[in-house]
Amino acid sequence: MFDESRPIFFQIAEQVEEQVLDGTLPEGARAPSSNELASFHRINPATAAKGLNLLVDAGILHKQRGIGMFVSAGAQEQLRHRRREDFAATYLTPVLAEAARLGITREQLAQMLLSTQEEA
Amino acid sequence: MSTTAPALELRSLSKHYRKRGGAVAALENVSTTLEPERIYGLLGRNGAGKSTLMALATAQAFPTSGEALVFGHAAYEHRPTLAKICFVKESQKYPDDFEVRHALHSASLAFPHWDEDFARSLTQELRLPTDRRIKKLSRGQLSAVGIIIGLASRAELTFFDEPYLGLDAVARQVFYDRLLEDFAEHPRTIVLSSHLIDEVADVLEHVLLLEDGELVLDAPADEVRGGVTTLHGSTAAVLEAAGALPVLARKDLGPVTQLTVRGRFEGAALAAAEAQGIGIEPATLQQTIVFLTRAGERAEL
Repeated sequence: MFDESRPIFFQIAEQVEEQVLDGTLPEGARAPSSNELASFHRINPATAAKGLNLLVDAGILHKQRGIGMFVSAGAQEQLRHRRREDFAATYLTPVLAEAARLGITREQLAQMLLSTQEEA
Repeated sequence: MSTTAPALELRSLSKHYRKRGGAVAALENVSTTLEPERIYGLLGRNGAGKSTLMALATAQAFPTSGEALVFGHAAYEHRPTLAKICFVKESQKYPDDFEVRHALHSASLAFPHWDEDFARSLTQELRLPTDRRIKKLSRGQLSAVGIIIGLASRAELTFFDEPYLGLDAVARQVFYDRLLEDFAEHPRTIVLSSHLIDEVADVLEHVLLLEDGELVLDAPADEVRGGVTTLHGSTAAVLEAAGALPVLARKDLGPVTQLTVRGRFEGAALAAAEAQGIGIEPATLQQTIVFLTRAGERAEL
């Protein structure tokens, strides 16, 4: 379930982010509590809480005293914006590196991109 | 939080045994602080001093020097402090004619926060025959008795010494699930001693690693995880990427080198190394512990 080599709290935050991004957790919805996450994933509750707090710090979630954590207004757009900014570094850089190793030119790459799109 | 004192404070704790040819240090100058309401992993190889540390912390043995304070008190003959401690030993001894229900009943009298319903449901879930004599139990059933007592006692400071010996995979999952569920509702300090690190890794918040009686690592689990990285690629590129990071292991195969270093590769460093065609693989908690134990390092991560 987890990539054992990276901090688990970080992966918890990513998973919740993913749910906000794809709308599984719509804005205003209550996010799972740290205890719910802990028992679901069989992890330490403090680790789960740390992951949720990352999202609070980023403004994705907000706390309501005594009730829980909720998805903030604009959270989905904020995540989408950040992912767009990261898109080149996350996805394109590795593609370009591999293409360079194989001697594929950028023009050939562009051609591939267009034809792949047509097939899809 | 019910109290501000640490759940356990070890101050320069040492235990030496006399043996032919001189004294043997089972534990050497160990100092650390365990905060209330956390789950700790006490890790190390067999004979590293895990059981000795727990025996001293629970006042079942006397230290050669130093002291162990439980919620601010030395536990020796201090009834209110002893009532806060539950120590589930790897091989707990019971009176010969004791049946399982006698052991559970004794525990219910000894521990002020004992939850009888919880004990009963665990007994059913672990399929433990309560009218069987403890002498006749299998190793796994004996472990189950310890697990039930350790969980249902809800002691403020609970030690589990290799609690899963002989338990099958289903029973071990029952243990971890009930532990986490009950911990969430009734937070307390739990120390899990184990050499099966992969199995307990996700449950731990903090890791204590003993080696030859010395505490060689005392750090949050998330900091330990991935603190060791293996680089794989052409020798020159790998060595350059590793820079001055301490090397824990090296293997060469022709022009290719596999180098394990103490350090993390993230962000720019990771991108730069990958651009050089170097494979980067962060170690799991278990691998990290194995590398650190082998290297015999004595520094903080």
